[in-house]
Amino acid sequence: MTSTPAAPRATRRARVAIAGNPNTGKTTVFNRLTGAHQKVGNYAGVTVEIHEGRLALQKSGTVDLLDVPGAYSLSARSREEELAIQAIAGLEPFASPDLVVVVADATQLSRNLYFVLQVLELGLPCVIALNMTDMLAERGLVVDVRALEQELGVPVVETTGTSGKGLAELRERIDDALVNNARHVPRNLTSSLGPQLAEDLALVSEAIPLYWSRGSQERKRALALWALISIDDNDELADVPAALRASVLERRALAAAEGRSIDTEIVQTRYSWIDSRMPSFLKEAGTRPRSRTERIDAVLLNPVAGFLIFLLLMGIVFQSLFTWASPLMGVIEGIFDSFAGWLRDVLPAGVGREFVTEGLIAGVGSVLVFLPQILMLFLFIGLMEDTGYMARAAFLMDRVMRSIGLSGRAFVPMISGYACAVPAILATRTMERQRDRTLTMLVIPLMTCSARLPVYALIIGALFPVSHVFGFVPVQGLLMVGMYLFSTVTALVAAAVLSRTLFKAKTPPLILELPPYRVPHLPSVLRMMWQRSRAFLQQAGGVILVCTVVLWAMLHFPRDPLRTSSYEAQRQALVEKGQSHAELDAREAAENMRRSLGGRLGHAIEPVISPLGFDWKIGIGLVGAFAAREVFVTTMGVVYGAGNDADEASTTLRDKIKAESRADGKPVYTPLVGLSLMIFFALACQCMSTLAAVKRETQGWKWPIFLFAYMSVLAWIASFAVYQGGRALGFD
Amino acid sequence: MRPLSELRPGDCARLTRVGGERGFCRRLMEMGFLPGTQVRLVRAVGIGDLIEIEVRGAHISLRRSEAQALFLERPR
Ligand SMILES: Nc1nc2c(ncn2[C@@H]2O[C@H](COP(=O)(O)OP(=O)(O)O)[C@@H](O)[C@H]2O)c(=O)[nH]1
Repeated sequence: MTSTPAAPRATRRARVAIAGNPNTGKTTVFNRLTGAHQKVGNYAGVTVEIHEGRLALQKSGTVDLLDVPGAYSLSARSREEELAIQAIAGLEPFASPDLVVVVADATQLSRNLYFVLQVLELGLPCVIALNMTDMLAERGLVVDVRALEQELGVPVVETTGTSGKGLAELRERIDDALVNNARHVPRNLTSSLGPQLAEDLALVSEAIPLYWSRGSQERKRALALWALISIDDNDELADVPAALRASVLERRALAAAEGRSIDTEIVQTRYSWIDSRMPSFLKEAGTRPRSRTERIDAVLLNPVAGFLIFLLLMGIVFQSLFTWASPLMGVIEGIFDSFAGWLRDVLPAGVGREFVTEGLIAGVGSVLVFLPQILMLFLFIGLMEDTGYMARAAFLMDRVMRSIGLSGRAFVPMISGYACAVPAILATRTMERQRDRTLTMLVIPLMTCSARLPVYALIIGALFPVSHVFGFVPVQGLLMVGMYLFSTVTALVAAAVLSRTLFKAKTPPLILELPPYRVPHLPSVLRMMWQRSRAFLQQAGGVILVCTVVLWAMLHFPRDPLRTSSYEAQRQALVEKGQSHAELDAREAAENMRRSLGGRLGHAIEPVISPLGFDWKIGIGLVGAFAAREVFVTTMGVVYGAGNDADEASTTLRDKIKAESRADGKPVYTPLVGLSLMIFFALACQCMSTLAAVKRETQGWKWPIFLFAYMSVLAWIASFAVYQGGRALGFD
Repeated sequence: MRPLSELRPGDCARLTRVGGERGFCRRLMEMGFLPGTQVRLVRAVGIGDLIEIEVRGAHISLRRSEAQALFLERPR
């Protein structure tokens, strides 16, 4: 690991890092400062979203802004927590900031000052944005900004992120600080360490490499303190030099033998500094009434009412993902269909036209069709986060999720899987531990995503009667609900099994902050919704597109020129007689597909899938479904010659499926085969974009391969059990 | 010393000791749970076994079993 030495400032743009505790309004302030000029930064090996932006200042010109992931402290145990210190101290992969703006929550001053002190210890120029000042009066608090500036020795600006108050002054102070390049380490802080801790620190400082300290005594000390409180035998830190690690472990072992706790000593030193000055920083004006948040929580966290409200809310979210999104999805599909239709009219006939209209446009369409659901999902997640309800959801679900080896935070990503696994996998970023994230990603694809619906609709519509159980419960609806229940139970069981085997780990202790309820700030919510959706389009879109095109090619090539010309001749004959050649076209398409690479693959896998009740034609459908599940429907449409634009509601396709028979005259599709097929679709990981998303989020091939393997095996076994079991019981 | 989980909802007391697994205990201390700090139990009848504590103006939720590692001074 090396770090670029700080280049002389005159030759490059200044860099400003925005840091602070979670939920202090850091993102709001960052957005206010940068406006529309921002993007998600790209750092090797970093999966947490890091936003970057620009800010134009009067004296310093344009400066680069970096939004450091929120953290309670710079100390770290996991790879993700390590990012904060790296971004602030300017260790790889981050460049050194010229200034750190700490956004501090004025209503929780002492805890936020703990963070400020760590930044100051590093000897970095710093400006403090004291945010949430609008909330002070309500809490009966008054902050003495002058006293803060006096003691900390850095500028402090009162801000209100949501209204923009104080932001102009913050900009000015940033500008001044960059010009002056002033830094300040608070007096008395460094001298107040106990003698033993001072000795630990002196020794560990020796192991701080030059590319960390850059010759600065302050940095050396601060990073040694960081190392002492962060490193232990089983941390997951990635970029710690071996000599430093050894030195820290030695000092810690010694301290433990003497019955000292280095952690407590370090934290105590900082908090004593803060606590002794708090009375001059903060005046409490009278007694505080029981807060609004506590009154709301009395209902929303109530064991009975709170849980019912939560379930009701989730029901509404879930329902609206379908009912509100589906008209929009219909519109998008319609646009793409008519665009393809128009192209079919204007382009010359041939393979090129087929490629564009069926491969390319269908590919782009199958990416964009998910957009309404994804936007809506991220809108809900954004609203839940911004109001503060997300933490309550984690609170309510902790018990349930813990029983399957996950924390309450896994709940929202998991239900998001009902819409689409890809954004759900992105939503696991709200979880802290990589183990929890990976485990959640491995079970999300089992949830009934919306791409399975057209497949279920086709099978249920074609093979099951439109009758009622007990006279009023429709069989078809019951089956659909059954499939949802089945997938939910399987996902929960899979999580329970995985967490007790491969992901065996002690349940991590829970420390969950319940932030005060706030009226959501709509611009922030909408911005976040858009940013996350765009990330989905960029990451998954490419893969889905490429796969759809490749699979399209597999299902259409190679072509036999002889066959093509023979069909062409027959078509000519029909045209001359003035008859329609639609049926002939469908037959040609079906034969082409049967003889294509994909068709041969369907034949090749028949021995594997026939114990499940599937023939080679279904095999072709399964091959096609690998690009995306819903492709199964269109592929079956072509295989059965029902035309290219068959959908799940097409009666031609349903009739053809019902009429299909085996060599011995028995029908291929019986309700039992349908059930087996639905179970297969419920469990198999037929989704390239999911695999691509998992690969990206876990930084490697191991987990996507594992995911694909375990789901495929599970699907095969379950379908086998259903089909063979059903036959043994006398069904057909 | 008595464990934090023995506090009644609405009552305040000072911490005397913060224990537990290293990462847990360090994070709590960094959030301001230190010996001498005043805490208030806000809620103890959550779903499952979560309790809610107010410390330094923030509301933090812990599992009852894990909160056993935090101790309070005896009431006078
Ligand atoms: N009352 C008030 N709310 C704010 C202020 N700044 C941000 N918020 C809200 O605080 C919540 C957390 O803000 P966010 O920017 O997401 O915080 P982050 O987690 O630190 O990035 C959001 O609901 C914001 O709308 C402020 O100055 N006053």
